[in-house]
Amino acid sequence: MAFQPVILWTDALVYLLLVLIGLMVWYTRRHEHLLTPWRRVSGSRTGQATMVVLGFYIAVGLMDTLHFNPQTGVDDAGKPIYSTEVLSVFDVVAGPLRTQREKTYSAPFATHLFSKENVQTADGRMERIFPRLQYGGAHLDASGAGKLADIVQKGAIGAAQGVVAWALLILLLNKLRIGRIRDLLAGRRPQPWHVGAWTALAMFAFVGALWELSGYYHVLGTDKVGEDVFFQSLKSIRTGLIIGTLTTLVMLPAAILLGIMAGYFRGWVDDVIQYLYTTLNSIPGVLLIAAAVLMMQIYMSNNADQFNSLTERADLRLLFLCLILGVTSWTGLCRLLRGEALKLRELEYVQAARAFGVNHFRILVRHVLPNVMHIVLITVVLDFSGLVLAEAVLSYISIGVDPATNSWGNMINGARLELAREPVVWWSLLAAFTFMFTLVLAANLFSDVVRDAFDPRLREQR
Amino acid sequence: MSSIEAAMHKVQTPAEPLLAVDALTTHLGSQAHPVRAVDGVSFEIRRGETFVLLGESGCGKSMIALSIMRLLPHTGRIVGGDVKLDGKSLRALSEADMRAERGGRVGMIFQEPMTSLNPVITVGEQVAEAVRLHDPDSRERVAARVVELFRAVGIPDPDKRVGEYPHQLSGGMKQRVMIAMALAGRPEVLIADEPTTALDVTIQAQVLDLLKDLQRETGMGILLITHDLGVVAEMADRVGVMYAGQILETNDAERFFDRPRHPYSRKLFRSLPKAEKRSEGLDVIAGIVPPLDQAFTHCRFADRCELAFDACRTTLPPWRGGDADGFRCHLEADEVRDQDAPLAPAASDRHGDDTALLDVSGLKMHFPIHKGVLRRVVGHVKAVDGLDLKIPTARTVALVGESGCGKTTVGKAILQLHRPTAGRVEFDGVDLAHVRGAELRRLRRDFQIIFQDPASSMNPRMLVEDIVAEGMVAQGIGGNRAERRRKVEQLLEQVGMQAQAANRYPHEFSGGQRQRIAIARALALEPRLIVCDEPTSALDVSVQAQVLNLLRDLQRELGISYLFITHNISVVAYLAHEVAVMYLGRIVEYGAVEAVLQHPKHPYTEALLSAVPVPDPDHERAVIRLEGDMPSPVNPPSGCHFHPRCPQAVAKCRESYPDTVTLSSGRRVACWLASEGQRGD
Repeated sequence: MAFQPVILWTDALVYLLLVLIGLMVWYTRRHEHLLTPWRRVSGSRTGQATMVVLGFYIAVGLMDTLHFNPQTGVDDAGKPIYSTEVLSVFDVVAGPLRTQREKTYSAPFATHLFSKENVQTADGRMERIFPRLQYGGAHLDASGAGKLADIVQKGAIGAAQGVVAWALLILLLNKLRIGRIRDLLAGRRPQPWHVGAWTALAMFAFVGALWELSGYYHVLGTDKVGEDVFFQSLKSIRTGLIIGTLTTLVMLPAAILLGIMAGYFRGWVDDVIQYLYTTLNSIPGVLLIAAAVLMMQIYMSNNADQFNSLTERADLRLLFLCLILGVTSWTGLCRLLRGEALKLRELEYVQAARAFGVNHFRILVRHVLPNVMHIVLITVVLDFSGLVLAEAVLSYISIGVDPATNSWGNMINGARLELAREPVVWWSLLAAFTFMFTLVLAANLFSDVVRDAFDPRLREQR
Repeated sequence: MSSIEAAMHKVQTPAEPLLAVDALTTHLGSQAHPVRAVDGVSFEIRRGETFVLLGESGCGKSMIALSIMRLLPHTGRIVGGDVKLDGKSLRALSEADMRAERGGRVGMIFQEPMTSLNPVITVGEQVAEAVRLHDPDSRERVAARVVELFRAVGIPDPDKRVGEYPHQLSGGMKQRVMIAMALAGRPEVLIADEPTTALDVTIQAQVLDLLKDLQRETGMGILLITHDLGVVAEMADRVGVMYAGQILETNDAERFFDRPRHPYSRKLFRSLPKAEKRSEGLDVIAGIVPPLDQAFTHCRFADRCELAFDACRTTLPPWRGGDADGFRCHLEADEVRDQDAPLAPAASDRHGDDTALLDVSGLKMHFPIHKGVLRRVVGHVKAVDGLDLKIPTARTVALVGESGCGKTTVGKAILQLHRPTAGRVEFDGVDLAHVRGAELRRLRRDFQIIFQDPASSMNPRMLVEDIVAEGMVAQGIGGNRAERRRKVEQLLEQVGMQAQAANRYPHEFSGGQRQRIAIARALALEPRLIVCDEPTSALDVSVQAQVLNLLRDLQRELGISYLFITHNISVVAYLAHEVAVMYLGRIVEYGAVEAVLQHPKHPYTEALLSAVPVPDPDHERAVIRLEGDMPSPVNPPSGCHFHPRCPQAVAKCRESYPDTVTLSSGRRVACWLASEGQRGD
């Protein structure tokens, strides 16, 4: 299938982030003192397990970042015509999940709709029944008998496929450089890679089973308009990751530069910067975000012709949300860095550099910045989970991402009213909760490991 | 009173050891690769006796103290041996019983009085807590007992002081409070871990005197831990020399100083800087202390010992002599002595011309104190208040004084790291105080600085190559990268390091090596003046000798001038040509080093010199005890700054600051007594 690649704003920033991370990895590998704390991270069992879980999220998020317009046909001149619909690689992989829509709510693994409808039977009578789903469990007979056995069987097949995929992956890595597999799995390597490997096995089996089942059932049910909730949850991963990472990316330059400048130069520079962040900090964050997002909305509706597609519009709103979240959240890091720079400027190696006649900018870059990077890293990782949760809260009060964007916040917002139904529609909420909880828990545990590895004070106590 | 009498009575029967440490072994870190911090140490302390553990940093002496108190860090554990107090094993006690002994029969004082006191509780309350816990007889009259203790440790005006907070007291007073706290439980054994290391010499003399007086009164046994041979000579009845977790030699103090037997002890004495050694250079102990994470199968000093032979490198040395006086060596005491090699005489001083390279006149450094919402200036800290100083080419001028006298500020003001408030800093005819920006940056290559702590004076995230080359890059000299690299390697070799060190990080080196790298860095710009700000006070004696020798040799080869800022008089005697004594921001006495150290004219210089402990127990000295502490530089006393503490102050001293009088041969003294010619030699 021919296609035309599309790079949305957030995609570009994600690529930039990847390049930065790549540079960081390249630079770190060449510097022993930078590598040591990362070895401590990979040497931790929690670190290994959480990295695998985060890896799954990141893989889905990245697949969902490769956007394109599919070809719909060929025009008279033989040139291809591209759809204005923006799809991602993940959409293609997910395939039927995206397209197979039911009429309205259906429970997880259901074969029938959740609510009764009037249906005309074959003999022309009107009957009020739970209609059969169009796709969910379509391979079963009309009554849906033998569902449980079928689920178990399909699940087992999927899990087995997952295990095979895991084994292939391990073999591949083995080919690359990992060494004897038996040693690896039995934990006879100096680093606890076996924890990572076994976690990966569990994840592969679980995801494999879910994936296989999702081809036949709506494993997490469907929402009001019949969309698969499992698909929505997976699509929301990208939104969560974008909010968690890009926000930090956009606020980092300001926070780092202003923070170390305030601490290093002191005097009026310090006064100005302190005044700036104290003022910003005194404005209630939610208020600022609400105002900014509302302004953005008005601008968008007034200039609708500037956007090629709905996706593009939603994407810009997502980016804008990142920006405004960044503006409200850089002050904490800035304050931390100012304090650290105040301490560093009195250190003797900074004094020695001044005695050499090294200029201020060079001192900042060579002596101050590298010695605050551990704080930056710890803050970034710790902030990540907070931002993911903040997105959910903001979308819930509808000043978050565009309603058209899949996000856990939107899912919760949509599920809110249905909680009052009897019997209750619980699966959207539970799905969003589970996905978000897993990500945030993994990120929090991982950030604890990172903090322990990078914080020099904690290291001394060991 | 009865307890003191009882204690005095006990002193008469010294047969039983009060504290007996027997084959104590303490490990730190993991079970698989333990660090053997204490490796089979035995000693005994009797009533009224002071046993000193002497050793360099990292030899495990503090770990012994913590093992006795059972206060080891989480990773530490006692794996063997026993500690007996009055015949009862402390190891066998439950934690609850041990808590009663800590601060009860065994008191402890730590090195840092600043961090040993809780800043938000009054000192009286902190001592009262110890009284309530450990002195059941005084529970009815806690407040009175606290005042009594304060008086016993010589805190003036105790009734008022009990209500003050730690930050209101000076360092010496805080250490006295710590001692009062240790005394609250009427201890039989007092463990003092470097009790005076953080204090100035005049205060150190006070605290050591106090400990001796208290011992005489109560008859307690003292375990003193120190690295300072001077303090050993002052305090010790018996000495144990520690090295790499073991006691290498133990003896009576007198016999130890008379005739040290272990090669390591002998080396320690020979590496001490002294005036008499000016012409010959110091003996150094090559190499570093071996890592303690190994099980030794040979002599642990063998790698650094000049007398080592095959047996030293293959088998453990035997313990020669008895428990109370013996040493651990393959050689007999006589053999050790016979083989001491004579030191090669060092080259004589290069004679510099007398033109001043640096001429500081009327230097003032006032830091404003801001207060209130509007940050109005309410006063000034007069850190340096009118200072004149000349440094000739290729000479060393030492700036001596106690902490807080402003000597470090002088160094930074000369280098323009702080801009002086007033005065001229003329370097080779250019007044640095009025040069700014790029012009100043260009001039900076001629004057450099070496800091006290080599650990914090180098960016931990830079390679040694980048650290040494930093100045060259900043000044745009040294050519391209490859040429700079060659220059760095050459500099490292010049300071006695290997060229490969360039590819490593500072933390991979020991303290002495790092200080050499710092010197190489300063040399990179070929400066004409180096300000050495206490360059050896963070180093062990043996390492200090290496650095001092290096600085001296460099001066002779390259003709560099040094401004040597220090509080260590013996280093001054060894290295300096001229010495300036500072008190409260001003120079009180200046002159050639022999003249000032031998015949001080200013009462402060006299007192300072007398307070320095000399590593010789026979040395009879009359310590001139200075009362109180140095006043605050915010409100210096009227008249002569020194008069409130001066034993010879007269009425005139209270009225106006004395003029500086110049005596023969460039000697300058700021004292009324000297100017009136009342004080001859």
